[in-house]
Amino acid sequence: MESLIKHYNSLKQIIFGIFKRTVGQFILYKVSGAVFNMVDQNQEHKSDSPDLYDSADNFNYVLYRDRPEWKDVQPIAQDDGPARVVQIAYSTKFSDVYDYFRAVLKSGEKSLRALSLVTDAITLNPANYTVWIYRLEIVKHLKVDLNNELEYISNVIREFTKNYQVWQYRKTIVEMLNDPSGELEFTADILDMDSKNYHAWQYRQWVLTTFSELMQYELNFVDNLISQDMRNNSAWNQRYFVINNSDPDSDVINKELEYTFGKIRILSKNESAWNYLRGLLLYSENGVLEDKVRDFCSNLYNKGNRSVHLMSCLIDLTDADESTDPENVEKIKFALKLCFDLASDYDPIRRYYWAYISKDIELKFNFKEHDTKILLLHTMSSSALEKIPDVGIDDKGRYKYILIKVTDQNDSSNQSKYVVRGGQRFDFHGN
Amino acid sequence: MLQKDVKLDNTSKTWVLEKHIDFLQSFGKERHQYESSMMEFLRMSGMYWGLTALYLINDGKIPKEDEIFEYIKSCEHSCGGYSPAPGHDPHLLYTLSAVQIACLLNRELELPIEKIVLYVSKLQQDDGSFTGDKWGEIDTRYSFCALACLSLLGKLNEINLVKAVEFIKSCQNFDGGFGSRPGAESHGGLIYCCVGSLSIAGRLDLVDADTLGWWLAERQLPSGGLNGRPEKLPDVCYSWWVFSTLNILGRDHWIDKEGLKTFILASQDNEGGGFSDRPGDEPDPFHTLFGLAALSLMSHDKILPIDPTYCMPKAVINRLGLKPQTLSRP
Repeated sequence: MESLIKHYNSLKQIIFGIFKRTVGQFILYKVSGAVFNMVDQNQEHKSDSPDLYDSADNFNYVLYRDRPEWKDVQPIAQDDGPARVVQIAYSTKFSDVYDYFRAVLKSGEKSLRALSLVTDAITLNPANYTVWIYRLEIVKHLKVDLNNELEYISNVIREFTKNYQVWQYRKTIVEMLNDPSGELEFTADILDMDSKNYHAWQYRQWVLTTFSELMQYELNFVDNLISQDMRNNSAWNQRYFVINNSDPDSDVINKELEYTFGKIRILSKNESAWNYLRGLLLYSENGVLEDKVRDFCSNLYNKGNRSVHLMSCLIDLTDADESTDPENVEKIKFALKLCFDLASDYDPIRRYYWAYISKDIELKFNFKEHDTKILLLHTMSSSALEKIPDVGIDDKGRYKYILIKVTDQNDSSNQSKYVVRGGQRFDFHGN
Repeated sequence: MLQKDVKLDNTSKTWVLEKHIDFLQSFGKERHQYESSMMEFLRMSGMYWGLTALYLINDGKIPKEDEIFEYIKSCEHSCGGYSPAPGHDPHLLYTLSAVQIACLLNRELELPIEKIVLYVSKLQQDDGSFTGDKWGEIDTRYSFCALACLSLLGKLNEINLVKAVEFIKSCQNFDGGFGSRPGAESHGGLIYCCVGSLSIAGRLDLVDADTLGWWLAERQLPSGGLNGRPEKLPDVCYSWWVFSTLNILGRDHWIDKEGLKTFILASQDNEGGGFSDRPGDEPDPFHTLFGLAALSLMSHDKILPIDPTYCMPKAVINRLGLKPQTLSRP
């Protein structure tokens, strides 16, 4: 066994050698993440070369079919099936490696040379999960030192940080080792490259829930990330994850409230912090937290702040307040004014949302008469209306144009639009 | 720090329909060589993207139907699952794609339905979630794949639907959105999967449509494009994930559709056809389908209507007698 490990270690040098040579020029195609693509602009390793593996850097790479130690294996070519709808064009190296991989998969060979082959196959396409499953089988069969395997997968993840398979493989190895001691540091490293990497966060949450003794350090970590970039939504989500899992008492929630206020004071147009604030309000009892948030918001507003999120929060707080207190009438008027200001000035692309919220408040408080009604006339937001061409005019003939107001009877919003029609059907008249 | 977005300078709004048809029919030829060899492991889904897109803009016509069906059969496994290409392992993602393609071809009854049902139902876990394959990864994407796949075959009652819905509910976040697992960050693609699942299950009552609708509407950036999470760049595929979810929730008018159309049209490849993730990048079938599908929801010129839940032509969903739940405008 010892000699096997030694052999593996020397092999590892070779494997990593190959890996480092090829990976630098590797393209991870944009859709390689998944069907439900979570690609990211930072992810792609692009290159203009159509077939990287024939480039000069790899001149001393020997194809498997030319390696004497593989002479005993008959490669199996890819069977593309009869359909050519989505054709696959393979590079020579890609075909060669995968032809031998298919052969090994079929024969069930679990050897060091098979491990090396699998490493090449992964380097060429880390998203192929068949290869990962087979790698694990080989690793188990050969009783490969799992710490080496962890080091290997660390290097692969560093190159392909947004691939599903690599994280799943790491999870399996860490489970087998039953040792999470390097995991927080490792994921922190990856998040240092991209602090919003969904896979890394998902994995980190798995580590924290599986090895819960690690949770105590997490708030510090999140704090650092938020300090670096207050708009990091992933970090705010992780903050909620930690707090939510800690069964927080009112002291903790109050502290969080103050923390969030502090961040909003620095950067008030920060969607993530405002969403977090709403999340904290879910812990409110008897409106205690709402009062604090309302004071905070009013204060900001009175200082002239017109962040969309601030205004939205003020509206929500009014909407949640069922009180029939006469003072509430002023609050309702104010909320309706905020909706109006948002629809017309501060957030016009979402004007239909603000119109809806405004109407909702009117109905809820039976408050119809006010001078900040949002009117959206002759718009084309109804899909039925959109299908009607604006203009329809015949090429030939002498006729009149008519202007028609169209409404959709199936649409309760009473939206309408004007269209022009002209044609022989419409008789011409003198004036 | 400024908000992340792209600038649409001198971008064309010309609608190059014929070129998109050419692009979809020729995908995989030489100029896409490298991308193609990377696509083998998701080839079945590649076919679903390409063929659905083609159906939408080619009057519902799909060339070489028999060959396509034969390809599906060549990826069939005795367990009832489908692999992305012959000789690979089966996976729930490609099983859904295979069923979707068979439905497009009106040949779903020729599939081994009982076996598929068994394969999918075995992937359900005790907590109601689904793994994608025997490899064991859990994700709400797979909940959607399972529910969509079985409902297309009229077999939704063969899984524990109550539990499946419970798991999705457990992935709902404080901002109204959904993530891949309980506690994971809200994400446009996963929100589509979760809301789509609830639409199929007829349980949209579990969604806080106003809160989620607002979160989704906030995904629109000044360029008109939609992103998938706060502070990310816009991407054409979120024109589908985010916009179709708003459509299911009856709140698609909460964003500026003209702006979205402009962004999608600016992401066309005016020369070779196809759509890319954002203006100026290389086109691919994935973004081509989701760009066209979003335009279809906005009734764009000469694109057949699409179903917002299944991302399949409405005519096919109607033929199957399916009525996924949607909410009416508030």
